[in-house]
Amino acid sequence: MHWLFEPGLWSNVAVRTGMGVGVAVAVVSALVGLFTVMRSQSFAGHALADVAMAGGAGAGVLGVSPLAGFVLGSLAGAGAMEAIGVERVRQRDVATGVVLGAATGLSALFLYLITLNSSSTGSTQLILFGSLFSVSNSTFLVVLALSVLVVVALASLGRPLLFASLSPDAAKARGVAVSRVTLSFTLLVAVTVGLSSIVIGAVLSTALLIGPPAAALRLGRRMSTTLFVASMLGVVAVLLGVVLSYDSFYWWSSHRALPVSFCVVVLIVFELLLVSLYRAMSRRRERVVV
Amino acid sequence: MFSSFMTNAWIVGTLVALLAGATGFFVVLRGSSFAAHAVPNGAFAGAAGATLVGVAPLWGLVSFAVVAALGIGASRRHRSDVATAMALVLMLALGAAFLSLSAAYEPQVQALLFGEILGVASSSITTVVLIGLVCAAALAVMFRPLIFNAAAPDLSAARGLNPTLLEMGFMLTLALGSALTVPVVGALLSFSLTVGPPAAARLLTRRPSTALVGSMALSVMTLWVSIALSYATNLPVGFFVGTLSAILYIAVRAATQLSARRA
Repeated sequence: MHWLFEPGLWSNVAVRTGMGVGVAVAVVSALVGLFTVMRSQSFAGHALADVAMAGGAGAGVLGVSPLAGFVLGSLAGAGAMEAIGVERVRQRDVATGVVLGAATGLSALFLYLITLNSSSTGSTQLILFGSLFSVSNSTFLVVLALSVLVVVALASLGRPLLFASLSPDAAKARGVAVSRVTLSFTLLVAVTVGLSSIVIGAVLSTALLIGPPAAALRLGRRMSTTLFVASMLGVVAVLLGVVLSYDSFYWWSSHRALPVSFCVVVLIVFELLLVSLYRAMSRRRERVVV
Repeated sequence: MFSSFMTNAWIVGTLVALLAGATGFFVVLRGSSFAAHAVPNGAFAGAAGATLVGVAPLWGLVSFAVVAALGIGASRRHRSDVATAMALVLMLALGAAFLSLSAAYEPQVQALLFGEILGVASSSITTVVLIGLVCAAALAVMFRPLIFNAAAPDLSAARGLNPTLLEMGFMLTLALGSALTVPVVGALLSFSLTVGPPAAARLLTRRPSTALVGSMALSVMTLWVSIALSYATNLPVGFFVGTLSAILYIAVRAATQLSARRA
């Protein structure tokens, strides 16, 4: 296996912590993302990521932990979107867009202040595009605890959420508190996006949230299988991405490694394309048989 | 504030704001904010790639924005939000990879993402004017079909309007426009001008042509105030563009709701 794993990969502490965080976040993102895709809320999910970016950058200005900034920022964004969000879908599109625009404006300010005040470079790229290898052990534990919390909350929300996502009107008629379920779910998405921001960066966290679930949904199996497949696709993309990024250091004589986030995103897109191709081919085969 | 080094900023800024206001009107009308957010990020990746290879940034901007726009436009029919999200992250990731391979400096990265309006050279004004005119002409040609299609999709299709062709045409215009806005206000913020002011204008009037003009006017005003504030405070233009657009929309919405309640 030497051709795949360059020397020193497994003995590297940063790589091992990074993989641990990556796996936890990939699973949580896939589970929460499945509902996000089913509810066609990709835009909202992505907007929360951009608000998380503002939070992360703000934390950088204040000198507190970026994870706290990411999570609190995107929670605040979820609140703002619920506050100006209205019933009609097209209006929701605008409400999301307005929050997203304001958040990017704030990020521009905070990132500018960081470059003014500190001599350390690369914080813009770190916040936007993440760095799995710079996650500390204490952050790892916090990420793990929050991940477990989100999964437990999602499990307890599961059935009403599924009902409300598939047919809101029927759910309302059956006595499900649809607006409360929706709000709780938005908050869960916010925490998830905050967590994944630390792994592949705020603006790319959308990839983990949307990609693997969309691929799993295309395979069209039972709900439990789909949840499992989505998590696995996410985990595989993160782990392979780490390995590729580590290896890429040796590919060029200049020794400039490809960013982990780039590798993860490319792998996720690749998975989605493969699944789409597979579905298109199996559909054609069915047509021939009929 | 109006000294010689600021002249280009005012001229190019005004042109960019006019164009953003015009395209934004259709973006809000069609509910395609997500695509309008994703396409400029293609332009960002293109600019980063052009820096890495060493060609003029404009080529990178245009080609990547067009590829992103066509990709999103082609998948408009089924689950368009997933396709848009994936195109968006792929472009951003490519941009990140290009930047880290070329070891760009922090201010360069920020300029691409959040804009550098003072860095506009006089030579680029002609390009901006040319591309702007092409976009304006395209929007003028598509004005009626786009409104017809947004108001009554089925009826317009029955009348022989090809929705896919229309979508592609609009996305291409969006791409060309982004290639022009990204160097000035940045990939992440060219979006703010495209949503906030047009959405506010739509709340103020129901007539399409008035809303279009109003949207362009509000957009220009937002950018002018942003440039002036940025000059006065030394803070990035993008911060003011982003927050002022949002404040404008929220204020107009509150005002219209209040007056509706009174009436």
